[in-house]
Amino acid sequence: MTINFDNVYLNNTSVVAGPFLYDGPLKGNFDDEYKDFYDGEKTYEDCEIKELIKSINILIKKEKNKKIDLMISSDLNNQLIVSNFASKNFGIPYLGVYNACASICEELIIAGSLLYNKDIHNIICTTSGHNMTSERTYRNPTEYGASKPEYSTFTVSSGTSCLVSDIKSSIKIESGTIGKVFDLNIKDSNDMGSAMTPSAVLTLFEHLKDLNRKPNYYDLIISGDLGKYGEKMFKELYKEEYGIELNNYIDSAVHIYNNEDKRVLAGGSGPSCLPSYVYSKIIPDMKSKKLKKVLLLATGALLNTTSVNQKKTIPCVCHAVSMEVI
Amino acid sequence: MVIKMNADRYTKIRDKIIPKPKLFKKLLISFFIGGLIGVIGELLLMIYSSNESLSYNESSNLMMITLIFVASFLTAIGVFDKLVTLFGAGLIIPITGFAHSTTSSAMEYRKEGLVNGIGTNIFKLSGTVILYGVVSAYIFGIIRYIIFGG
Repeated sequence: MTINFDNVYLNNTSVVAGPFLYDGPLKGNFDDEYKDFYDGEKTYEDCEIKELIKSINILIKKEKNKKIDLMISSDLNNQLIVSNFASKNFGIPYLGVYNACASICEELIIAGSLLYNKDIHNIICTTSGHNMTSERTYRNPTEYGASKPEYSTFTVSSGTSCLVSDIKSSIKIESGTIGKVFDLNIKDSNDMGSAMTPSAVLTLFEHLKDLNRKPNYYDLIISGDLGKYGEKMFKELYKEEYGIELNNYIDSAVHIYNNEDKRVLAGGSGPSCLPSYVYSKIIPDMKSKKLKKVLLLATGALLNTTSVNQKKTIPCVCHAVSMEVI
Repeated sequence: MVIKMNADRYTKIRDKIIPKPKLFKKLLISFFIGGLIGVIGELLLMIYSSNESLSYNESSNLMMITLIFVASFLTAIGVFDKLVTLFGAGLIIPITGFAHSTTSSAMEYRKEGLVNGIGTNIFKLSGTVILYGVVSAYIFGIIRYIIFGG
């Protein structure tokens, strides 16, 4: 299901980076940073709420001439509690959405579609992630520290915001593909890269087919959080299934951390992994015309602890959003 | 549209790329670290039981309390989880692991209150050990009674 947009533009963005991210390879590209998982708050949740509020505040400051009509937000906590509390501070109409780590593209597609409504002009899309709150939501108590296999990923701690608007800017959101939920019987919740890869391959194929494009139409195809091994499997599976070798594809999870640090295992993950990388690396590259056409593939593993304990497979989804410099 | 991707073909790709866990190395580390904790326990037992006012049973209880205290203390100051990441099952299987899982659950949920937080969740991980410890004690007790007559 691919939608073409003709009046949707990406305006300013903001990233508040947490531990492991702020001093990684993207150091210095962030709007703000915090250095420990509490950041002066009493709980990890409060820290995540603070990081998200900070990121929204920075964006609103950058866009102070615009009237914000709506905010769409996502995080990994149960019932989106971080987004709910953060939005309480702003008095802006609010939609909470959840597609795990695929949320950013889900938000951009919803925002793009809503902008066809003549009463809506400016929409903030936010995501937040916090390594410790997601460890608690999906795995063991944070102090337990059970050893994880080297192919599992390490949730990115950051709050990200962007403004999607019908007022022209240099980056156009040109089309979006809403993916199907799909998995190939992967059950290991430590191996979300393997679980999500097939859904990402499927969405890329359908996006290209719907728009009658070849992969090399894009300067860069960038997936969300498949990790070090997922990146390899993605290329391999795409070649196996559709006979095309991708040479313009990367995974953001692999480029977000200092990979020599063994603690980050196979790389980043979480709803703010892809947007953190895109806002602090890809958007500046697009503004300086190094990249012109970029396809985002946000991948989400839609599991919860109950489904894992009941030995079910991990249902996954991937949404694509295409951005172009104009 | 029919999705033509196939789980068997994907499994082959996955097996080729995902690294195999280094089982032998991990087992070896666990074996020696677990053994080391056994040695420490034995040493503590010798020290405590050399005190004439303590019986062997009392010394053995004291030894366990010492190990539990040290493990819980290291969990509380945020060291034990790093050691677990390094040494794996060698630290988790002995009584130190039991202490660690209980303390880490208590710490995790303390902000949710004494009853609904700590009370409800403290045995979240170690409840398994308690339940199956008691059940297997019964089973082996019965076997022992039948074979050796008590």
